[in-house]
Amino acid sequence: MILFEHVTKLYASQTRPALDDVSLEIERGEFVFLVGPSGSGKSTLLRLILREENTSNGQVWVLGKELGRLSNWKIPALRRQIGTVFQDFRLLPNKTVFENVAFALEVIGKPSSHIKKVVPEVLEVVGLAGKEGRRPDELSGGEQQRVAIARAFVNRPLLLIADEPTGNLDPGTSVGIMKLLDRINRLGTTVLMSTHDAAIVDQMRRRVVELEGGHIVRDQDRGVYGYAR
Amino acid sequence: MRANFVMGEVGNGLRRNLTMTLAVIITVAVSLGLFGVSLLVRSQVATMQDFWYDKVEVSIFLCSKGSDTASCSGGEVTTAQRDQIEADLESLRPLVSEIYYESKAEAYTRFTEQFANSPIVDNVTENALPESFRVKLSDPTQYEVVASAFAGRPGVEQVNDQRQILDKFFRLLGGLQLIALIIALTMLVVTVLLIVNTMRVAAFSRRRETSIMRLVGASNFYIQLPFLLEAAIAAGLGALIAIGGLVLTKVVVIDGILAPSFQFTAFVGWDAVIGIAPILLLTGVALAGIAAFLTLRKYLRV
Repeated sequence: MILFEHVTKLYASQTRPALDDVSLEIERGEFVFLVGPSGSGKSTLLRLILREENTSNGQVWVLGKELGRLSNWKIPALRRQIGTVFQDFRLLPNKTVFENVAFALEVIGKPSSHIKKVVPEVLEVVGLAGKEGRRPDELSGGEQQRVAIARAFVNRPLLLIADEPTGNLDPGTSVGIMKLLDRINRLGTTVLMSTHDAAIVDQMRRRVVELEGGHIVRDQDRGVYGYAR
Repeated sequence: MRANFVMGEVGNGLRRNLTMTLAVIITVAVSLGLFGVSLLVRSQVATMQDFWYDKVEVSIFLCSKGSDTASCSGGEVTTAQRDQIEADLESLRPLVSEIYYESKAEAYTRFTEQFANSPIVDNVTENALPESFRVKLSDPTQYEVVASAFAGRPGVEQVNDQRQILDKFFRLLGGLQLIALIIALTMLVVTVLLIVNTMRVAAFSRRRETSIMRLVGASNFYIQLPFLLEAAIAAGLGALIAIGGLVLTKVVVIDGILAPSFQFTAFVGWDAVIGIAPILLLTGVALAGIAAFLTLRKYLRV
């Protein structure tokens, strides 16, 4: 599903690489937490998977494609198979819940008959049935994140990337979001989630990859947030 | 392709950015209008050249009693000299296509007709006007051949080419046309800059949408198309206004004012206007398209 082979990423303005000789493999159907302090390279790793950045050295394989050799016009096709969720939701404030989810399908040219069928289904999955006509500012933070997850999942992607999805939510709401991501994972989507939330990681007991200073310092099945040092 | 969705986005974009859209429409209209007028002036010059070069003559004025040029030192032209000139003109065919002899009496009649309402007529007698040969050339640019053959020859006072007088006039018109063209091109550059800026603002005001479109895998084409169409539609509207202005110029200024007042010359017909209109439309839309495309490459990358 995802394979990093000796990947180094050096930004032009910095002397220390954001990722330094990172090798990592994530299998189909896995649920992986990416943890580590700010600036440890988590975001860079996610951006490389989405091909928002290119590696300085090494190769990244996603869904069977080597991204360094992927031509620009094929990037959209790659991203259609990857769902993305962010800490700040990134919803369109002037569109309703339904329209926000539908937008993701409209812009890749899906017919409206298809949209009318799948959007209610996915809103049902994320638990927002009945709130189709609300606007983002009429929703709680947890509900807004559910809309964002619905938008990321509506295309049934093979891979879901979540960049601190619970970062703006209170613990109770976060649990609901994690249950949802877990459910999506059980439906067959690989989930890669970066987080600072120790409680969640400890509770879920899934694979944990820890980054520090651009290196992988820990890769543990059924791990916890921090070492019991 | 979802045409409805794209057109909806275009409509939203144009409305949201209304003042900038209006600015683009107006500058496109003004610059293309000027461009159109300068093209119209050019075809007007061409029309007038065709019209006038067809009518211009080379006049060979013969010596009369009062002439004081060196070649007239022998006094009034003699019959032998006149016959020789006519024979030499005949030998210049086919360059010389028509030869017409104008006697003093004819010259006087024409003069009184031309200046019918002027007091000058009272001061001119038949003898004061020179007799002349009026020569039409099959190729008016070959004037020098005639001039060198007859100028300075005994009995010839002066050889006059009407074309040279006209050329001065056409050079003036050509200069005006060039100035209009330069202003129009400057305006077009300004228009391109304005469109670039408008696109930047539009791209910025829709950065949320475009960033989401990128994330969910919309193609570049899909992301950029609404922007391109917006620019093209605004420019197209501007071009239509410019074409309207051109039609108005033809109806009001040319047909309404100039043509009735200057009946001695030909004016451009509708074929010129119809020829220029698509040029303006294409120029406008292409300019907008190119400007938008270049901007979007920079601001809406994958």
